[in-house]
Amino acid sequence: MTLLELTDVTAFYGPVQVLDGVSLEVPDGGAVGILGANGAGKTTTLRAISGMVRAGGRIVFDGYDIRGSRPEQTAHLGIAHVPEGRGTVGQFTVRENLRMGAYLRRDRRGIAEDVEYCLDLFPQLRERISSHGGMLSGGEQQMLAIARAFMAKPRLLMLDEASLGLAPGTAKTVYESIRRLRLETGIALLVVEQNANLAFSLVDTATVLETGRSVLTGTSAELKGMDEIRRAYLGG
Amino acid sequence: MGTFLQLVVDGLATGSIYAALALAIVLVNQSTGMINFAQGGMAVLSAYIAYVLTGWGVPLILAIVGAVVVSFALGAVVERLLVRRFEGGDPDTAIVVTIGLLTLVTGVCAWIWGYNNILFPSLFPLDTVDVLGAVVSIRSIGTILTIVVIMVLLQVLFIGTKLGLALRAVSFNPQSAALSGLPVGRLLMVGWGLAAALGAVAGALVAPELTLTPGMLDTSLVYALAAVIIGGLNSPIGAVVAAWAIGVLENLASVYIPLIGHDLKVVVPFILVFVVLILRPQGLFGRKVVVRV
Repeated sequence: MTLLELTDVTAFYGPVQVLDGVSLEVPDGGAVGILGANGAGKTTTLRAISGMVRAGGRIVFDGYDIRGSRPEQTAHLGIAHVPEGRGTVGQFTVRENLRMGAYLRRDRRGIAEDVEYCLDLFPQLRERISSHGGMLSGGEQQMLAIARAFMAKPRLLMLDEASLGLAPGTAKTVYESIRRLRLETGIALLVVEQNANLAFSLVDTATVLETGRSVLTGTSAELKGMDEIRRAYLGG
Repeated sequence: MGTFLQLVVDGLATGSIYAALALAIVLVNQSTGMINFAQGGMAVLSAYIAYVLTGWGVPLILAIVGAVVVSFALGAVVERLLVRRFEGGDPDTAIVVTIGLLTLVTGVCAWIWGYNNILFPSLFPLDTVDVLGAVVSIRSIGTILTIVVIMVLLQVLFIGTKLGLALRAVSFNPQSAALSGLPVGRLLMVGWGLAAALGAVAGALVAPELTLTPGMLDTSLVYALAAVIIGGLNSPIGAVVAAWAIGVLENLASVYIPLIGHDLKVVVPFILVFVVLILRPQGLFGRKVVVRV
């Protein structure tokens, strides 16, 4: 079953058209990547889905047309967006950040269980549970951002450049945790990632964007090593 | 000893008025990141509303409760219709907007009720009790206790409740808060509403003593801002302790330091502000924000 479907999505920043016909599909429980050079519209695509920018075209999530919805509404429907630059609250402790992530939930016991699960998934966070978000290392902040998003118990988790600014070893650890999260919870993923190897280690299929338009979609195996991919990453 | 104690208790009572306004300013700052210079003016308007209600024969306590409720709504509306347009923009612009709001609210009060002093009934009896040789009015004790209760409630709200967490989240990182499903707009309105309601309490506490005029809280606002700076913008307890310290030190200085006397006692809070800002810029109780990149 399709969880999220974008058809010919467009978006503008002022007079500048950033998206010019993005189409993609995320199956329920699937993991899809968005690839492309800088400025191809990857981040904007995620922002259009979560309602942070206004978009044209069709965006359907779980049967609902969500185009034009605000972020708090898409969050309500089960979309969790980990924005570029991580999006944690630096002035909050790790525990407060996780509480904030669970804002929409009423099931006390379930929340406590999921906090435990996140701390199990990211053991570094357990040691820093009372530290402020701003005091964490870059890797820990990224882990916290993912945990914060997961605490909403979403059906779709959108990750924007989760490896940005991290040491290679740390980035690998983060991606291994995301893979484990997917395996254990069946959560669907939509992933923007500059590092091709990391991206292909996680996703089943991917869409390639060029200047705001979907140009190619295929499975990881098909896409690996194709010219378009090399172009997408090198921007040639 | 009797005089000293008298000065301290009176100082605490005056300080409690500054504290009530300071708490309202902390509340707005914690929930929207702004400093509202109109907080005093809005509190005066609330006091006038309570005054009008008593004029209709409503018992005083209910009139104050009514003013608190109306003020909550007014605060929320002001945020939605006016302040919302300037949030997220240049903080300097937002400050000028709140100063403009102060002028507007004061002008409206003067337009409707005039500049003449209006007597406002006291919530507490005017009797005094004798404590260790000092004559203490019940009103002072009542005012101090009211502030302590509000301070504790606010501290619990911010630290212990989901609403408090949400209010702070929205002021710190509205984008992240929205992505977690927090209704950002509504929370901003609630923050301003709560602050205005708190201001109504301050207005009702101070009006019997100063008598009701449109500029009744102008001076108190200056003291309240000093208290907020000294105590730390993000700490309700800090704001109250600082406001009390200002009230007490100001009283003591005016009597025991001849150079200052009654006329110069207004400089006391500013000397305190200078000293605190030099030694501890985040305020005595404030939390320094440290960010690693």
